[in-house]
Amino acid sequence: MTTATDPRLNAKIPEGAIADKWNNYKEDMKLVNPNNKRKFKVIVIGTGLAGASAAATLAELGYQVDAFTFHDSPRRAHSIAAQGGINAAKNYRGDGDSVHRLFYDTIKGGDFRAREGNVHRLAEVSVDIIDQMVAQGVPFAREYGGLLDNRSFGGSQVSRTFYARGQTGQQLLLGAYQQLARQVGLGGVNLYNRTELVDTVVVDGRCAGIVVRDLLTGELQSHAAHAVVLATGGYGNVFFLSTNAMQCNVTAAWRAHRKGAMFANPCYTQIHPTCIPQSDPTQSKLTLMSESLRNDGRVWVPLNPGDARPAAQIPENERDYVLERLYPSYGNLAPRDIASRAAKRAVDSGRGVGPLKNGVNLDFAAAIERLGKDVVQERYGNLFEMYERISGENPYDTPMRIYPATHYTMGGLWVDYELQTTVPGLYAAGEANFSDHGANRLGASALMQGLADGYFVLPYTIGNELAPLLNKPIPGTDHPAFKLAEQEARDRYSRYLGTNGKRSPDWFHRELGKIIWDNCGMERTEAGLKQALADLPPLYEEFQNDLRVTGDGESTNQTLEKAGRVDDFFQLGMLMCRDALERNESCGGHFRSEYQDEEGEAKRDDENFAHVAAWEWNGDPMAAIRNVEPLEFETVHLATRSYK
Amino acid sequence: MTASHGEHLTNLTLSVWRQKGPDAAGAFESYRIDSISDEASFLEMLDVLNEKLIDEGRDAVTFDHDCREGICGSCSLMIDGQAHGPQRGTATCQLHMRKFKSGANIVIEPWRATSFPIIKDLMVDRSAFDRIIESGGYITSQTGGAPDANLIPVPKPVADAAMDAAECIGCGACVAACPNGAANLFTAAKVAHLNLLPQGQAERHARAESMVETMDEYFGSCTNHGECEAACPKEISIDVIALMNKDYRKAKFANRKEIARS
Ligand SMILES: Cc1cc2nc3c(=O)[nH]c(=O)nc-3n(C[C@H](O)[C@H](O)[C@H](O)COP(=O)(O)OP(=O)(O)OC[C@H]3O[C@@H](n4cnc5c(N)ncnc54)[C@H](O)[C@@H]3O)c2cc1C
Ligand code: FES
Repeated sequence: MTTATDPRLNAKIPEGAIADKWNNYKEDMKLVNPNNKRKFKVIVIGTGLAGASAAATLAELGYQVDAFTFHDSPRRAHSIAAQGGINAAKNYRGDGDSVHRLFYDTIKGGDFRAREGNVHRLAEVSVDIIDQMVAQGVPFAREYGGLLDNRSFGGSQVSRTFYARGQTGQQLLLGAYQQLARQVGLGGVNLYNRTELVDTVVVDGRCAGIVVRDLLTGELQSHAAHAVVLATGGYGNVFFLSTNAMQCNVTAAWRAHRKGAMFANPCYTQIHPTCIPQSDPTQSKLTLMSESLRNDGRVWVPLNPGDARPAAQIPENERDYVLERLYPSYGNLAPRDIASRAAKRAVDSGRGVGPLKNGVNLDFAAAIERLGKDVVQERYGNLFEMYERISGENPYDTPMRIYPATHYTMGGLWVDYELQTTVPGLYAAGEANFSDHGANRLGASALMQGLADGYFVLPYTIGNELAPLLNKPIPGTDHPAFKLAEQEARDRYSRYLGTNGKRSPDWFHRELGKIIWDNCGMERTEAGLKQALADLPPLYEEFQNDLRVTGDGESTNQTLEKAGRVDDFFQLGMLMCRDALERNESCGGHFRSEYQDEEGEAKRDDENFAHVAAWEWNGDPMAAIRNVEPLEFETVHLATRSYK
Repeated sequence: MTASHGEHLTNLTLSVWRQKGPDAAGAFESYRIDSISDEASFLEMLDVLNEKLIDEGRDAVTFDHDCREGICGSCSLMIDGQAHGPQRGTATCQLHMRKFKSGANIVIEPWRATSFPIIKDLMVDRSAFDRIIESGGYITSQTGGAPDANLIPVPKPVADAAMDAAECIGCGACVAACPNGAANLFTAAKVAHLNLLPQGQAERHARAESMVETMDEYFGSCTNHGECEAACPKEISIDVIALMNKDYRKAKFANRKEIARS
């Protein structure tokens, strides 16, 4: 057993060689016999890839499952929007892929800031995910012989990404949703839609259940359970503008954090290099163009600042193919953080393209010449159409314009090997936890992790926790802790409605987002972070005193919902900046300008920062306590991450 | 057709359906948008309206939306009498203001269908769709028991046809556009996706039967108007309905034989 200095941060990594750990775990774990499973109630919050797969599988096993989503249907979770694909170490190409290589790529891609044990398990179960999803009828892309097709993705030198046109997330989510729907139909899962978790309840140090708000009536209700799983997605919308769906928020994770679940590495956020640049000030969200486009698109800017000629008129020798020049071996497929910074620097150097000079070109002319327009259309047709609808420009004729945008959050609730948070009985899965991607996630690995957690990890690890609880009573919803949590939530929502200030929740969200983007975005500095930490508390106070929420609390009120979410984003935003300030190194998505080498590449400090920072709530985000889980590398050796 | 980049539309009048709750009476209210960038999306225009309403101390307009990329199927507006508005193959959230002209009067309503009751303003309850999927819109395959993925080869044309049907985003435009409020395009898209694939064969007939019958419990009947196909933001072909009908008839026949045998 690896022991962490803080006993609450013991990751409980099983004994044995890296490749044997998961098997050893499964052989040693406690089991709940099939007839006893129905004596246990498990609550799953969130029905995206992680939540739907967990709820469906737990119900198949026989547990009583209650699933909650604020959406009108599980099919609408943010997972639906994933475009590019899902990784798996199938080695169907025979190009040298293996579980070990996927494991290694993920550790390296994460800039050596993820836990080896978890990542190896992820790579192991990746192959089962593809089998499972094909059996469910996910229409992955096929070759003419009928076998599965693959593409390659940033940060890897093999083709291990499975895809369904540009809608991989949609097809995987519909697969998981259908398994969930089957269980709902069979009575194995009670589904609560348009219902939002507003608090978690802890009794005697164990998670006892949750308090939810019915979004149609405003009614608050408590639910007790033996175990609670949060599969509630990431917090990228703290930036206001991001590629996340509009409703994505941190409330579930944040409320759990306030009840004792430590929040790990909040400053690890990912900026995705290929999004459509902002075009006007009313813009509410940014649109991602799948990273798969970098397989065939070439990133370039004019060699000379201020060159405003249309792309077609700029001759080859006056173009700078930035990624191909800087990273010859990975070229346009350099990992996300690296590609994003290269784009930012190109734009900052005055060589940005487009009406606002806020993008770089992603050019398909060479691909069209090499492969023909038909092949390019077959691969990316729907992405090109989407681009044209938004920008009004046709990428077959002129290069796309792209710019980095917030996309994914590697940070999240701290979990151990069993995906249990620091509150026993409370689990976190999918993007909501922090576990597998370190400081940077590789493309096509979030879908893999969400489904791994839900289908192949939680169904085992939850049983191990529940087995000893058989026939022991658990606190019911009449316990005072539930009543107190309900009252607190009631007061909170009444306060938003009663503030009667002047500014809408969206106004505050925009202002918050600007501060976070400017100071805790793609490049961070000590001075900027300190500035943000000085600016955020007064803005948050203004939010508390000058908020205006119209409408009432007894019917659907999206303004009120938004107020609650922005409140939590404020608190998280402060914690993010504190985390970024304390991490005196650059790693993955966390780039501190003070820590870079002569060539502008991130400089890690393994001596002082090869650890997870797990923040503990202490009444105020500005007072949160930083705890540490050291990362031990037994299998890979720490190396400078090079993609040259 | 397309306004040039960076221009503003002026003097828009919006007639928006406002309804306080499921049982309340609703009515159109008129709002003015003085100026909006033609780069703004239709929903960003509604965001601007809502900010203005909140500023004036009034209730914001309620509408479903989330991904704003045309994939989650949340957005669901009748714009000038057309489901998802004037641009073919485009969900409301992907519609941009450059498709409209200055001075326009734009009528915005929720989906109108008895099986999609109004919740508030422009938001409706589409959970009847979930009931259809729960009744058979899946392939039974318990987690853990699947064979290696490449043991089930699927010819590319079959995979492509299944994918064409599987692209449905479940928005409900087909129902809203149908004079009878039928859900045949939605249901058939799922039946076709699963019934075309080799993995879907074992439950093929049971699936068709139970999904069609659940659909009939909630929705009106199809009389081949074809409005659904025209309204579908994913341009799903009405051909899938023929496939569903065929499988349904076969299922009825197969079941009669089974009953006779038992
Ligand atoms: C545009 C885009 C493209 C992407 N493309 C890829 C890709 O190609 N490959 C890849 O691997 N990854 C991709 N990702 C990342 C990936 O899609 C996500 O990380 C992943 O889908 C998250 O899944 P999840 O199940 O953890 O959460 P989500 O899908 O976000 O689901 C969250 C669920 O929680 C519910 N919920 C949240 N809070 C509450 C609450 N308080 N109460 C009740 N319910 C709640 C929601 O209703 C929802 O059901 C992409 C992301 C974006 C933004
Ligand atoms: S908001 Fe998701 S499809 Fe329109």
